[in-house]
Amino acid sequence: MAMAGGIVVILLFIVSLLASWISPYDPNEINLHEVLSNPSFAHLFGTDQLGRDVFSRMIWGAGISLKVGFVATGVAICIGVILGAIAGYYGRWVDTVIMRFVDIMLCFPAFFLILAVIAILEPSIWNIMIVIGLTSWMGITRLVRADFISLKERDFVQAARAIGASDLRIIFRHILPNAMASVLVAATLGVAGAILTESALSFLGIGVQPPTPSWGNILTAGKNNIDIAWWLSLYPGLAILITVLGYNLLGEGIRDSLDPRLK
Amino acid sequence: MAPLLVGITIVCFVVIHLAPGSPTDLQTDLNPRVSAEAKARLQSMYDLDKPLYKQYLLWVGKLATLDLGKSFSTDHRPVIDKIMERIPITIIINVLSMALIILVAIPLGVLSAVHQNSLFDKVTAVFVFIGFAVPTFWLALLLMILFGVHLDWLPISGIRSLNYEYLPPFAAFTDLLKHLILPVLLSAFGGLAGLSRYMRSNMLEVIRQDYITTARAKGLSEWVVIYKHALRNALLPVITILGLSIPGLIGGSVIFETIFAIPGMGQLFYMSVMSRDYPVVMGILFIGAVLTLIGNLIADLSYAVADPRIRIA
Repeated sequence: MAMAGGIVVILLFIVSLLASWISPYDPNEINLHEVLSNPSFAHLFGTDQLGRDVFSRMIWGAGISLKVGFVATGVAICIGVILGAIAGYYGRWVDTVIMRFVDIMLCFPAFFLILAVIAILEPSIWNIMIVIGLTSWMGITRLVRADFISLKERDFVQAARAIGASDLRIIFRHILPNAMASVLVAATLGVAGAILTESALSFLGIGVQPPTPSWGNILTAGKNNIDIAWWLSLYPGLAILITVLGYNLLGEGIRDSLDPRLK
Repeated sequence: MAPLLVGITIVCFVVIHLAPGSPTDLQTDLNPRVSAEAKARLQSMYDLDKPLYKQYLLWVGKLATLDLGKSFSTDHRPVIDKIMERIPITIIINVLSMALIILVAIPLGVLSAVHQNSLFDKVTAVFVFIGFAVPTFWLALLLMILFGVHLDWLPISGIRSLNYEYLPPFAAFTDLLKHLILPVLLSAFGGLAGLSRYMRSNMLEVIRQDYITTARAKGLSEWVVIYKHALRNALLPVITILGLSIPGLIGGSVIFETIFAIPGMGQLFYMSVMSRDYPVVMGILFIGAVLTLIGNLIADLSYAVADPRIRIA
């Protein structure tokens, strides 16, 4: 199953890299003669309310999803790893302050926080990515902190300290590499979560802004034409489902192979 | 509890002040007749001319009396009134979907643990995996197309039909139920997958404990062993998980209430975000976090009720 997930992930990478070669139409080419036409050989997934080819828009949308997923997760990992490492390594009041902050952030419905910030800072793809990242680092912080607490007492850390390594060196060179396994799993699952969040935001019209194609904003068109154009609703959602499923399976697979006990 | 509440107010305050320029720009920039003095007067009305820490203290002082300011929208009503009239329907939907999650996910998890590796277990596992990955707003769209457009069984927007006031009480009640089916089902969907999977792994762990072997050795029936001895212990951690799922449910209400045009807090939040009605946005952000906090508190208390060992500590 993890293999299947991996294949989906790799395929998506290839599709989004080759988007300009494999998409049959320009994703933003408006064709008012073919508004909302049914799926056919000319337009595999039909056309939208402006006559744009849905298949081409979805191919370009794949790249957007991937970009959002990776950048948002990257932001979350940077914050999560740094705060988790500091909290776990130094302990005491530093730990208390950081973990309290985590508790506070967890009180906010993430979607509320994201929407509130977007309301203030104009919705744009970069803002979306950063804001999703800023609201999804808490889990990683907890994971990294737990790893650090158990790792810092181990002999190799004592040895590093004995030869006079600095705190910074111990944290990043000695402990962190040993804690990366759980971060990798969390990151893979995090990409899936970020893609879901982005699609929901774009669906609500607060995410990736038209005319830039995204799976979420094609679904908005689907909702507006719900009684006449089912293809606008079906295919983009299916694409999101398969992508998220792919990342989840891959993440679970990595977890199982790293720690067979969890199976 | 108290430090968390203070933290929540600080985060809300920081979010407000992320805004470039001042919140009053929206009211003044588009209006060429607003003079510099009027702008300054507006600024001092919202305390924006004072240092930040003072603004924070003033704001918290108002919060303590539930004064969340006035909406920027044309009605200029107090934010707290706008939120309060919309909270009940949001809470009803969330409580109903929470009940649905508990009623479905727990038996599902228990059964798949008891019959580990059976066909039922495998089918449930597939369902759970898909449940994790499905964008629920998309599922909502598909169900709207199926039940609302093609089959015409269920209404797809609002919580009442147009002729609601003329219906006899029973018909009015079923009318309300019909409107609530899809939203409740969908907002429960995400939590279902998570909880049933969690329940399964908990149950599997409990079944392997020594006291279960003891119960079996005493000659108790399998039914009593599973549903009396094992289930009670496996259920305990679920309370925490339910508490943790509250922010997700509340956050999800934005999506469902927007899709199904339900006049609840989520829809109000969405509309306020779209129209940059900052006081309402901040008010709901704060109330949403407080609701989560209350939910977690209830979870902690019920944990103590369910597990006598907790009460001592």
